[in-house]
Amino acid sequence: MSSIFSFRRLMAIIAKESIQMRRDRITFAMMLGVPLMQLVLFGFAINNDPKGLPAALVTTSQDHYTRAMVSAMENTGYYRFDHVVASAEEADRLIQSGVVSFVVTVPSDFARRVERGDHPQILIEADATDPSVASGAISTLGTVAAQALLREQSAEALAARQSTAALEVVVHQLYNPEGITQYNIVPGLLGVILQLTMVMMTSMALTRETERGTMENLLAMPASPLEIMLGKVLPFLVVGGVQVVVVLVAAKSLFGVPFVGSLWLLLISILIFVLALVLLGYAFSTLARTQMQAMQLTFFFFLPSLLLSGFMFPFRGMPGWAQTLGEIFPLTHFLRIIRAVMLKGADLQGVATPLAALLVFVAVYMLLALMRFRRTLD
Amino acid sequence: MNAIEVHGLVKRFGDKTVVDHVSMSVAEGEIAGFLGPNGSGKTTTIRVMCGLLTPDEGEGRVLGHDIRTDGQRIKREVGYMTQRFSFYEDLSIEENLTFVARLYDLDPVSAVVRDTLEDLGLFSRRRQLAGTLSGGWKQRLALAACIMHKPKLLLLDEPTAGVDPKARREFWDEIHMRASAGLTVLVSTHYMDEAERCHRIHYISYGKLLASGTVPEVIRDAALTTFVLEGGRITEAARMLQGMEGVDQVAPFGLTLHVVGQDRATLAAAIAKVAETTGVAYREGATSLEDVFIQFMGKSTDNMS
Repeated sequence: MSSIFSFRRLMAIIAKESIQMRRDRITFAMMLGVPLMQLVLFGFAINNDPKGLPAALVTTSQDHYTRAMVSAMENTGYYRFDHVVASAEEADRLIQSGVVSFVVTVPSDFARRVERGDHPQILIEADATDPSVASGAISTLGTVAAQALLREQSAEALAARQSTAALEVVVHQLYNPEGITQYNIVPGLLGVILQLTMVMMTSMALTRETERGTMENLLAMPASPLEIMLGKVLPFLVVGGVQVVVVLVAAKSLFGVPFVGSLWLLLISILIFVLALVLLGYAFSTLARTQMQAMQLTFFFFLPSLLLSGFMFPFRGMPGWAQTLGEIFPLTHFLRIIRAVMLKGADLQGVATPLAALLVFVAVYMLLALMRFRRTLD
Repeated sequence: MNAIEVHGLVKRFGDKTVVDHVSMSVAEGEIAGFLGPNGSGKTTTIRVMCGLLTPDEGEGRVLGHDIRTDGQRIKREVGYMTQRFSFYEDLSIEENLTFVARLYDLDPVSAVVRDTLEDLGLFSRRRQLAGTLSGGWKQRLALAACIMHKPKLLLLDEPTAGVDPKARREFWDEIHMRASAGLTVLVSTHYMDEAERCHRIHYISYGKLLASGTVPEVIRDAALTTFVLEGGRITEAARMLQGMEGVDQVAPFGLTLHVVGQDRATLAAAIAKVAETTGVAYREGATSLEDVFIQFMGKSTDNMS
């Protein structure tokens, strides 16, 4: 029998942790209830391609050109003209107070210029304090407005000729042709939810023993650091497993997220990811002295990994140094895997690099935790 | 072979020397009392002995194992009962003991746990959560957990703090029974009556070991003189004696007054003078262990301030 590792001692710790987990009913309920709540909440709430945004129309004339323009813009789905005002001052007030996101100004000589073929102009002012709100709406605008006008002038033939003469760009939106945000967000949410609960729960593993005074006793008994570590993190794999099932089933049934890849590849990747997370949490608990500190460490880690992993903002849109920084978070690699497997049907070869990165995290966190573990009370 | 044999142990926390060159030995089968005021370094010394703290200086062997390098073996063969209750309050008595039994690889677990529960009279409460137990029962659970693996040495850190007299009595009976079966025990305590139940005692104060030996030896080595005063205007006599040359302690015991000093001649002179004024009768009495300890406490300097 080895003093480094004994399966029976490991099982003793796992059994003890499981009983304690079960007895702490509120925490236990939260571990299972929170993921579902967050999934439903964020899954339905987050939208990267906002539509039906309130807009104000500034116009003095009600000619048919203006009406055609406005209805064409409304047909894109991005604009909702709630306010029709006569003065620019009033429109300024609306956009400044945030009542509307856009102000569309049609000059009084608009119709005359259209008929004369004299370079008609309309002005669209967008509230770009949040760039992502404005971008989708603006990008569709140029062609929509131009074609609406041509149509109104009964010049479809001209329009057709113009478009064939110009260079035609064909865009295929792969994997998510309709650009549905949920397809991107829901798989990512699985990673975020797992990260929050797994790291936070395990970061309390040792600090709780220290604070309750049971650490001294645990250290005085023949349990090795490896046994204590595994005994404390493995029960959370089960909790993580339940969360995974909840989120994947909801992704399919509630949000209809397509799943084109291999379920087994995804499950194995999730297992490695969760293992990395619980070991990271445990490593935190060897660094912190109190549960409060452990909590702070978790959040210190949580926010940057949320923002730099590509969950909320496009990873490739960040400057090079930030992308490099983003690589140190397991979530970044996990997002690549889950999006690749679920949406793109990637095989093992396709996700080999991020998978290898996750394995490196597992090894590094494990070593860190074992090195930091204080076997004595010094 | 001695169960405990340590030499020149030093343990510092920052610039505070908590254990200052402590050497002591405890023979096999002996009940050794470890005495000293709060914060004197008893707990730290015990933790060093069971491998929970690494000494800064000094060396020692516990059950023949080096305390610096063989901590894991020591943990296996020693039962250590912490000062603060350190079992899991959200686990029942039985679950706590099962956990401990499995950690020590005891086999078969359920039989060992059942025997221990019955042995210590815990069987009827085995399903009760440890957090809901009273002080006496918690102590009994802690004792059960640390003797379950049949250790050769028990290190008990203030085991009877906050325990009622009956439970204390039962606890000591249990300890004596096990010592007569060959178990060695080192027990730290504040209580004088408990000190007198030990075969030998070790007195530590501010990290320094001040006395070791049997109770009569410690009393003899302290070389104190005690006079017992009674009758007459005894309260006035007590007031006068305070601070007089040669008088170290003045303590009322019922209707009598115990006056203790180091130098017999000056003490006797002071008492004769006071007796003359207040009309009390006096005779020489036996010095108690408590007198010796209070003398120690008064003498030792505080290295913490």
